[in-house]
Amino acid sequence: MTNSSTHALKILLWRDFTLAARNKSEWMNPLLFFIFAAILFPLGIGPDTAILKQIAPGIIWIVALLAALLSLDTMFRADYDDGSLEQLTMSPYSFATLILGKVSIHWILTGLPLILLSPLLATFFHLDAASTLILMQTLLLGTPVLSLVGAIGSALTVGLKRGSMLISLLVLPLYVPVLIFGANAVSASSAGLDISGHLMLIGSLLVLALTLAPMATAAALRASIG
Amino acid sequence: MDLAITDTTSLKADRLTCVRSEIELFRDLSFELLPGQLVQIEGANGCGKTSLLRILCGLSRAAEGEVLWRNREIEHCRQEYYAEMAYVGHNNGLKANLTCEENLEVSALQNHLRDNVDFEQALEKMGLDELIDEFAGKLSAGQQRRLALTRLLLTDAPLWVLDEPFTALDHASRELMENIFDQHCQAGGMIILTTHHKMTIPHTEVKLLTINA
Repeated sequence: MTNSSTHALKILLWRDFTLAARNKSEWMNPLLFFIFAAILFPLGIGPDTAILKQIAPGIIWIVALLAALLSLDTMFRADYDDGSLEQLTMSPYSFATLILGKVSIHWILTGLPLILLSPLLATFFHLDAASTLILMQTLLLGTPVLSLVGAIGSALTVGLKRGSMLISLLVLPLYVPVLIFGANAVSASSAGLDISGHLMLIGSLLVLALTLAPMATAAALRASIG
Repeated sequence: MDLAITDTTSLKADRLTCVRSEIELFRDLSFELLPGQLVQIEGANGCGKTSLLRILCGLSRAAEGEVLWRNREIEHCRQEYYAEMAYVGHNNGLKANLTCEENLEVSALQNHLRDNVDFEQALEKMGLDELIDEFAGKLSAGQQRRLALTRLLLTDAPLWVLDEPFTALDHASRELMENIFDQHCQAGGMIILTTHHKMTIPHTEVKLLTINA
């Protein structure tokens, strides 16, 4: 059974990456928003290196969070509209596994590019290499949480005509802990403090989301369709 | 065709009651679907035909009563049930940005495909072989419907649940589908569908299930 679930997962990944390659605007938009927003801050605030350095982690984290939020509505929307979500809920394979696949695709298309782009943005804020590395570590642990928790909100609102407003209200409070520990880790480390606690806390949030979110999303999707 | 039919193969609806927006659509509806049978659900618009099919699929829940597959409640054996049934709903479930062949390939997410599955042959049977590399979004409504129904030819699932399968189909395609239904039932398969057409199926008796408001 697990073996065939892996096979189904492969088909799902192939399908969604093919679709993403043929419709680039959907996932490029949040990414461009992330880049532009992060570039505009140094321009608006001015060239004061000390201030920029200090606010950099917070700004990059907030922008990453908003970019994730912006893309959440699309996670299940297309599948819901064309009826393939209905078919997916009737799959003979583990539904939670397929959802984990959908979330991974969302993360690879929105979270991963942010992590790869963050060193570039860090230079705009004059962030040194050590802080950039820590920022990337927190993003690596934190952005999957954004996708996993966001999937629940996306699943709950996919049946509604204008669900995107509601998603923000549902999901933002749950994003706050990730934001606090993610952004604070960088400033704590530049103050010479040990940040392993920060990383472990985000890591534990990730484990928690990884275990619970797929099942919660599955239940929410069944409720949205029913 | 090699359907896995045993003597426990049956779909049973046990005293189903359906309520939509606080209006009761039907009450205490019971029936059993056995291998080789074809059931056509009849009734006026809005009487709950689609709601009944969605309950049978486990997509929505009945207000009361239960659906049994092989004498087990479907909620308790979802994966086993879904491995043995194929559903074509109102919505075709096609990806507009995938070609016909790719759409059939990804239908492996919904049904176990046969080992020696031949997409081209299946498309040829449905008269879509020339459109094999065309995007599904470019097809006409009738062609899309035919593509959605082609999925049925790729699996050994004994139970077919079809919501208005003839929508947008021309006369020839309708006859073709009736023949495919006939073959499926002759091989021991079972079909439950909604349609307003009067079906003429050579070797299979069409049982009517009428929903009264």
